Amino acid sequence: MMERVPNEYGRFGDFGGKFVPETLMLPLEEIEAELDKALADESFKQEYIRILQHYSGRPTPLTFAPNLTQRLGGAKIYLKREDLNHTGAHKINNAIGQALLAKRMGKKKLIAETGAGQHGVAAATVAAHFGMDCIVFMGEEDIKRQELNVFRMKLLGAEVVPVSSGNRTLKDATNEAIRYWVAHCDDHFYMIGSVVGPHPYPKMVREFQRVIGDEAKEQFLAREGKLPDVIVACVGGGSNAIGMFYPFLQDDVRLVGVEAAGKGIDTPHHAATITKGTKGVIHGAMTYLLQDEYGQILEPYSISAGLDYPGVGPEHAYLASIGRVCYESATDDEAVAAFQLLAQTEGIIPAIESAHAVAKAVELAREMPPDETVLICLSGRGDKDVQTMMRHLGAREGEDIATVR
Amino acid sequence: MKTLPLSVNPPLFIPFIVAGDPDPDVTIDLALALEEAGADILELGVPYSDPLADGPTIQRAAARALDGGMTLPKAIQLIGEMRKKGVNIPIILFTYYNPVLQLGEESFFALAQENGADGVLIPDLPFEESGSLRELGERFGLPLISLVAPTSKQRIERIASAAQGFLYCVSSLGVTGVRETLPETLGDFLREVKRHSRVPVAVGFGISAPEQVAMLKEVCDGVVVGSALVQKVEQLAPRLQAPDEREAAVAEFAAYARSLAAPLREPCSSR
Repeated sequence: MMERVPNEYGRFGDFGGKFVPETLMLPLEEIEAELDKALADESFKQEYIRILQHYSGRPTPLTFAPNLTQRLGGAKIYLKREDLNHTGAHKINNAIGQALLAKRMGKKKLIAETGAGQHGVAAATVAAHFGMDCIVFMGEEDIKRQELNVFRMKLLGAEVVPVSSGNRTLKDATNEAIRYWVAHCDDHFYMIGSVVGPHPYPKMVREFQRVIGDEAKEQFLAREGKLPDVIVACVGGGSNAIGMFYPFLQDDVRLVGVEAAGKGIDTPHHAATITKGTKGVIHGAMTYLLQDEYGQILEPYSISAGLDYPGVGPEHAYLASIGRVCYESATDDEAVAAFQLLAQTEGIIPAIESAHAVAKAVELAREMPPDETVLICLSGRGDKDVQTMMRHLGAREGEDIATVR
Repeated sequence: MKTLPLSVNPPLFIPFIVAGDPDPDVTIDLALALEEAGADILELGVPYSDPLADGPTIQRAAARALDGGMTLPKAIQLIGEMRKKGVNIPIILFTYYNPVLQLGEESFFALAQENGADGVLIPDLPFEESGSLRELGERFGLPLISLVAPTSKQRIERIASAAQGFLYCVSSLGVTGVRETLPETLGDFLREVKRHSRVPVAVGFGISAPEQVAMLKEVCDGVVVGSALVQKVEQLAPRLQAPDEREAAVAEFAAYARSLAAPLREPCSSR
């Protein structure tokens, strides 16, 4: 039996905790106290579920992938369709939960950070829905890469603040969001987008994402009469993976997290934090991170802006350390190939993040017998990645995109 | 719990500069100039890639220092160099936690002690997470300086009563950086902290003008001036690094520091 995590100090084993400036300790304590009350409050839970159903379209389907299964000739492959959520990814589950908590705390101004823009869009969306203000921090580099999502956030009424420090990506946007929160914690609520950051954020985001796994478990049992043999999810900060894995932790199910190997884990250009990182503190939590020998944080790389993060949620670090979840990685090229494979076999265009999970699942399913099953968390849809795919495939194959197969 | 004292007499002028900004040799000269200008304690910042508690001025200084190859061990050894060159005032190392973790907590304290550091301040290590470092600090005789913020409220008593060296009060919400105005409630906050503290109470974040220093000395035991000095270093950097202009630039820096410290040296109305 695993110990109950996190403990009262926000620790998942050696990981987690609160490594923040003193100014934020009281705001964190207030969020923690209100979260515990909310999670024990039946009316809060009902309101959360009601909004998930009527606004985001939950429960999301569990889809059998017959063509992909047949093509691989191995285990049966199922997809948990988080791509069918309102705004196109699992991020909305968490945004709705945190907005409800902010409302409960009387805060009407939201702060968010975003990489690819998915969490930023989700935050801007719930802010509009709940009549709140929303300020989103986004690295200048990501703003260039994800122009469309920037405009989406603005259409939704959010203010997007370009971040020019560091590498101008998610890590730097998160730094700047935290700095802004330090200055405005009296009337702003910081809506973090993944299972990262200081306690109670990793726990809170897990609680608002576990709906993925709770639903999937029920749907899978109804369909197959048993639990899946393997579940695969991609891991950047790790919120879709924790949401999917958490309800299965006590079960006899093999859990596989897939990090972004970028141009290869033996190059400096990857974001495979658990695979290649070491223990340290980033954004307020003890976890694994990519850093140099002097503790300076290194810039990660991935084709996927959503996985391009040098840390990982502390609960993943813990699950890796006790061996409950196995963490592997997929390269840019493997993810791109999986993206194309799923699009062409099933007519489903996955987010490039989720394509990392598909890549690893394909590899596993091929070697498994047909009476076994693999469940993939399809965390988001790939509309936002079409331009990235055009660039990548064009650059790689040097041919007209229209003829790429 | 032991009180680890620093041998200083309030009112305290506590300047902050970044180790290796713009280069290690200049940092030593600036430390000497600050002592000459009347600094009671030097806060030496260790540059970090992701300084969550710092505003743009100190972020840029950290980037300059890191580009020059500064690391935590080198910053500590720089204190040793300063001691050899004649810097005698207490030196507090200001570093984020992650570099300390990578060096190893015990190695960090051993190296700091060996090089003549007098204390440690870790802005992202709140009281609750500081147990092991406080113990090590006591073992090596190096106080771990605590911070209290305007949001600390009921936490003030617990933090202040266990404070070592001096107690660092964050003047207002936000990160480091020059502020035009300080909150009206600052005086009440500082008096509240002083009521609970056994060690001198200093205030920092945003202090950049002699008028602010004059006002604050009435309600606490010292001021920390960081970004204003770091901004001055940034302005002077090209001259500080030019051999024939360095002496004049250091003198200009010292004069600026002296102007900030001056109000502390005047007779005090209510003390």
